[in-house]
Amino acid sequence: MSAVYILWLRELKRYTRSRVQMAASLGQPTLYLLALGFGLGPTFQQAGNGSYLQFLAPGVVGMTILFVSIFSGVGLLFDRQFGFLKETLVAPVPRIHIMIGRTLGGATVATLQGTLMMIVCTIAGFRPHSLASVPIAFLFMMLIAIVFCALGTAIGSLLEDMQGFQLVMNFLVMPIFFMSGALFPLGNLPAALALATRIDPLSYGIDGLRGTLIATSHFGVVTDFVVLSAIGVAFLAMGAHFFSRIQI
Amino acid sequence: MSTNMIEVRNLSKSFGDVQAVNDISFDVARGEIFAFLGPNGAGKTTTIKMLTTLLRPTAGSLALDGLNPLTHQNQVRQQFGIVFQDPSLDSELTAWENLMLHAVLYHVPRATRQTRAESLLKLFELWERRDTPVKQFSGGMKRRLEIARGFLHTPKILFLDEPTLGLDPQSRNQLWTHVKHLNQTEGVTVFLTTHYMEEADRVAHRVGIIDHGRIVAQGSSQELKERTKTDSLEAAYLALTGSSIRDEKAATGEQMRQFVKMWRR
Repeated sequence: MSAVYILWLRELKRYTRSRVQMAASLGQPTLYLLALGFGLGPTFQQAGNGSYLQFLAPGVVGMTILFVSIFSGVGLLFDRQFGFLKETLVAPVPRIHIMIGRTLGGATVATLQGTLMMIVCTIAGFRPHSLASVPIAFLFMMLIAIVFCALGTAIGSLLEDMQGFQLVMNFLVMPIFFMSGALFPLGNLPAALALATRIDPLSYGIDGLRGTLIATSHFGVVTDFVVLSAIGVAFLAMGAHFFSRIQI
Repeated sequence: MSTNMIEVRNLSKSFGDVQAVNDISFDVARGEIFAFLGPNGAGKTTTIKMLTTLLRPTAGSLALDGLNPLTHQNQVRQQFGIVFQDPSLDSELTAWENLMLHAVLYHVPRATRQTRAESLLKLFELWERRDTPVKQFSGGMKRRLEIARGFLHTPKILFLDEPTLGLDPQSRNQLWTHVKHLNQTEGVTVFLTTHYMEEADRVAHRVGIIDHGRIVAQGSSQELKERTKTDSLEAAYLALTGSSIRDEKAATGEQMRQFVKMWRR
């Protein structure tokens, strides 16, 4: 188990040393929060949906975690390219330990980034409906991080070069973000979009965050929790499977 | 216990219809420095990958310290250290952190971890730079660190796949001095590949030459020279493998590195 710990620690060290990356991954969500939050705010309010900033904050927190998690999984590509992956794969430890250490490390980093984004939201004027709900929101943040780090690991294990990464960003990560209801309420959607939001794992994560932070939820917090946990287990199994098949 | 540290019998590996390694057999004795030589694409790295549990042989058998890498994967991995052809350090971490990470992965007891790392860093003249991130190291320093790391868990065998590629003569010279020193003091068996014949001549007790996936000669450097009636290992090598140039298809990893290099410019 010490292998799990040391690889977790490695992810954390790399994270705390790259301040630029830390700031960069907050840029886009902050832009969404400020431009859309204040830009669409009045329209949202007139439609009788309350404060858009309050509604959007859990969405951009989820967005931050999604992007950081996928990046951390795809970090496998960089490790492959710079050779460090070989060092871990010839070590006398089961591969599953290596996969779990990396994934948990990535998930911790993503949760920390999500927390920073939450602070940015608070500065912009976001207020959770009660402080007691914040720990449960953290649980959801961790779940989202695990789900997408595991997915990232699966993708990183399958990709062989950086060209494939663009494909993943455009045809997987962006759709996951846009279909998740991060930006819009899930009620009264056209049937096709409603279906897409139901398939999207991030929908349940962001819905769970809204349920705990602003006390409005579409699926119900318990459903969100159960669905997200199940997807987490499935993705971890998938990530472990593809990681175990990496050839170097 | 077998007297040989490495035993390879009728080993073959094919990728599709390409026969990379074709029915090779050889032994490496305990405490021996064995140089495995051959042109690009001859099957050297494929053989090392099979010996180090990274590739499954198509046919044949191999044993490291009497253990089969296929059935005793983790025990075998604990027995050897390896320095790959390409760097495999985490360049964001410091030299010390790279060593500590390795020590944990290889179950080096907490009590000996630090003293062993310290003595190796001192031996390889990196002790003063232990807290520097590896990305600030020169090519030679990185190589030295990788070799120090390969020794960290006191392996019985050290695999060195072209460890001196791209190094200046000073670094190469120093590197082999250290390897010979550790071979003598710790009795570690060394299995190396290189394109520099004078290095093999200088450090190896025995040499094996592979070409087109087959072993064409093995013996001491002196024996090979006598057999080919030449006066240097390089001449003997050319006499055995011919002097035509081999083309090698770049591996995916190599293509990607080139792509990234271009992109960064």
